[in-house]
Amino acid sequence: MKVTFVETLKNYGIILAFFIILVVLSISSPVFLTVNNIINVIRQTSIYGIMAVGMTFVILTGGIDLSVGSVLGVSGAICAGMLKAGNPIWLVVLATLGVGIACGFASGIFITRARITPFVVTLGMMSIARGLTLIYTKGYPISGFSPAFRQIGGGYILGMPIPIIIFLVIVIIAYIVLTQTKLGRYTYAIGGNEETVRLSGIDSNFYKTLVYIISGATAGFSALILTSRLNSAEPVAGTGYELDVIAAVVIGGASLNGGRGSVWGTFIGSLLIGVINNGMNLLGISPYFQQVVKGLIIIGAVWLDQLRAKED
Amino acid sequence: MDDIVLSMKGISKSFPGVQALKSVDFDLKKGEVHALVGENGAGKSTLMKILSGLYRADEGEIWLKGKKVTTRGIKAMIDAGVSVIYQELNLIRQLSVAENIFIGREPMLPGGLIDWRKMYSDVRTLLKPFNIDINPRTKVYMLSPAYQQVVEIAKALSLKSDILVMDEPTAPLTGNEVDKLFEIIHNLKGNGVSIIYISHRLEEIPKVADRVTVLRDGEKILTKPLAELTNAEIIKHMVGRTLTEQYPKISIPIGEEVMRVEGLSKKGYCSNVSFSVRKGEIVGFTGLVGAGRTEIMQTIYGRMKKDAGRIYIDGKEVHIHGVRDAVRKGIGLIPEERKHQGLVLGLSVQDNATMTILDKESVFGFLKQKKLNALVGKMIEIMNIKTPSARQLVRYLSGGNQQKVILAKWFLRNCKVYIFDEPTRGIDVGAKVEIYKLMQNLAKEGAGVIMVSSELPEVLNMSDRIEVVFGGRIVKEFRRDEADSETVMEYALGLREKTGQQTPLVAGAES
Repeated sequence: MKVTFVETLKNYGIILAFFIILVVLSISSPVFLTVNNIINVIRQTSIYGIMAVGMTFVILTGGIDLSVGSVLGVSGAICAGMLKAGNPIWLVVLATLGVGIACGFASGIFITRARITPFVVTLGMMSIARGLTLIYTKGYPISGFSPAFRQIGGGYILGMPIPIIIFLVIVIIAYIVLTQTKLGRYTYAIGGNEETVRLSGIDSNFYKTLVYIISGATAGFSALILTSRLNSAEPVAGTGYELDVIAAVVIGGASLNGGRGSVWGTFIGSLLIGVINNGMNLLGISPYFQQVVKGLIIIGAVWLDQLRAKED
Repeated sequence: MDDIVLSMKGISKSFPGVQALKSVDFDLKKGEVHALVGENGAGKSTLMKILSGLYRADEGEIWLKGKKVTTRGIKAMIDAGVSVIYQELNLIRQLSVAENIFIGREPMLPGGLIDWRKMYSDVRTLLKPFNIDINPRTKVYMLSPAYQQVVEIAKALSLKSDILVMDEPTAPLTGNEVDKLFEIIHNLKGNGVSIIYISHRLEEIPKVADRVTVLRDGEKILTKPLAELTNAEIIKHMVGRTLTEQYPKISIPIGEEVMRVEGLSKKGYCSNVSFSVRKGEIVGFTGLVGAGRTEIMQTIYGRMKKDAGRIYIDGKEVHIHGVRDAVRKGIGLIPEERKHQGLVLGLSVQDNATMTILDKESVFGFLKQKKLNALVGKMIEIMNIKTPSARQLVRYLSGGNQQKVILAKWFLRNCKVYIFDEPTRGIDVGAKVEIYKLMQNLAKEGAGVIMVSSELPEVLNMSDRIEVVFGGRIVKEFRRDEADSETVMEYALGLREKTGQQTPLVAGAES
């Protein structure tokens, strides 16, 4: 009996925690369970939820990408700068994604060719991208965009906020890629045992680089939404987001050792983080204290993962 | 007599699918060197791991100095005076000689600081009998392998060990160093230390051993004083097993050459290796562990960069700069390290088996799931892989079935040459026979097969030709009908080597 309880906790602990938090918040805050608030939560969630999807690929290969917050910053800044210069929106969108992709590509190359650990490379990229953002913006926000661009973060399609639509589409695409394509299978395989993959004649470096590119691209998407929604590119935009992003993936059941995890897990993990953030705000918990809680959540999630890993 | 310091009685140990030791008796007298010999996998290491407390015997007793050992575990055995010097030395390379010797029991000053002066002077006292000039402050990585070994021995002595197990102590040593080691062993004996000496190099045994015990297939064959044995007899006892296993060798017409290797060299691993494989042929590569067989294959496979040599497939020279090239040219490797190099344990049977064909079986990156399902289903059936479904994680399969999944991975790819590295290690007898049959099916369909194996009976019974590797070179090629186990073993042991010059063995060759 006791064993089954522990097993259940290990496997479904996340969903359980999710519901407990939902119930507690519904009781303690009258605002929480309103349609407006729920849509608001998901819309906020979408910004790092999208990056968490990219991060899922990276973590599945056994890597990590600490640079996503800063890459969001630099993509957003360039997005804003190009809008101000009067470029058409489609070009701005491509360029914003392109900046994210370029950052991911650079990280991937250093990780696979120079054989530096992902932790160090992306830590470096985190600083580089933030530095570039500050250089480009000279430390000032770039704000005030056309209404058309502001639709990306603030608009609706059939009553559904556009950021949520983008988030869901990316989740679905990622799910298909991970389950139905070569890239997906190799992503899991590399995280499980890269040596075997290489000895099977597969270019593991190519696929590893690709996952950092995906992570960079998702940071580009998030940059578009955030910049549009705030009607401004802040030089410090995205600072510290990597924490929420990694937390969402890990809470979603991905193993930091690679090889295990899923997009659905990450989706739930992102919502959980969103709900916790929102709930703590509604309950008037100080932002300082919120940081402590989030730190504890990350440690707890990794601990759960260790418990699961022990069985293997 | 009363001078028996160690006696192991009726030791048995089995691992899943393998009976590693069957009721083995072994004893050791005070001040004696007792050589323990046997083929790879005969059970020497297992026996010593039981002695050191690393493994627990399923059955049997260990008596030390007349007392039955009741508390097990590594610590208990060290406390009881047993020290094992492993093949891969257990020193921390970045620490000094003194720190290594006294690790975990550093002499302390009051207040919790290390008493370095006492530590260094103790080390000097310890090293004095060896007549070797080693500064206790030297970092271990700066010492030659021979000196590192001395440090290990000194550490054992400082632990007041009077029973030393030396596992292949001369493997990393040069000629002079070996003599020096023998001198040290001689001195240790004089001081009443008893030594269990494990070595593949039979020519060393007469120089150091007092008694010899031969193990074969986990059983003790004999224990005799050295004086009553010749090398030839030892070899005979090592290999002379009755062939109870089945080797379903069938005759396959041998076709034209499919792969030829000429003058393959890789510094420190192999030199001037030339051989060929024909369609329908199984070429066995044998030799001792560390002789360079695996390294030869890994070089052909592009995993290590070759220094020289050419590789031809179907008569055309191919340039292999990495594993991907080798796979593209039609070479498949079924590696020795099944779990680390052959499988992704956390993935399903299907994901593992199809890993090599996703390129072919996908459109714009999207997998042809139906086709893949069908192919894997067929493989599971043909190869008789025992798994509840194609979705089962390979982690949960037995060793034999895991090996079949690796085979499936390459079968699906339709290679021209298959390299099997220790294809049946750790696999139970029934599954072995199946693996042999599958191997022959490949040959029958026109592939060339290379089988690297340390198991002589397997090599002798399954190969059409046998290449014996010693010191990174092919020292002898046998046709199937010319080979007998004694002769092959003599070449594998390097006893039939004409040139006195030996290519350095793998370990420590670069330094």
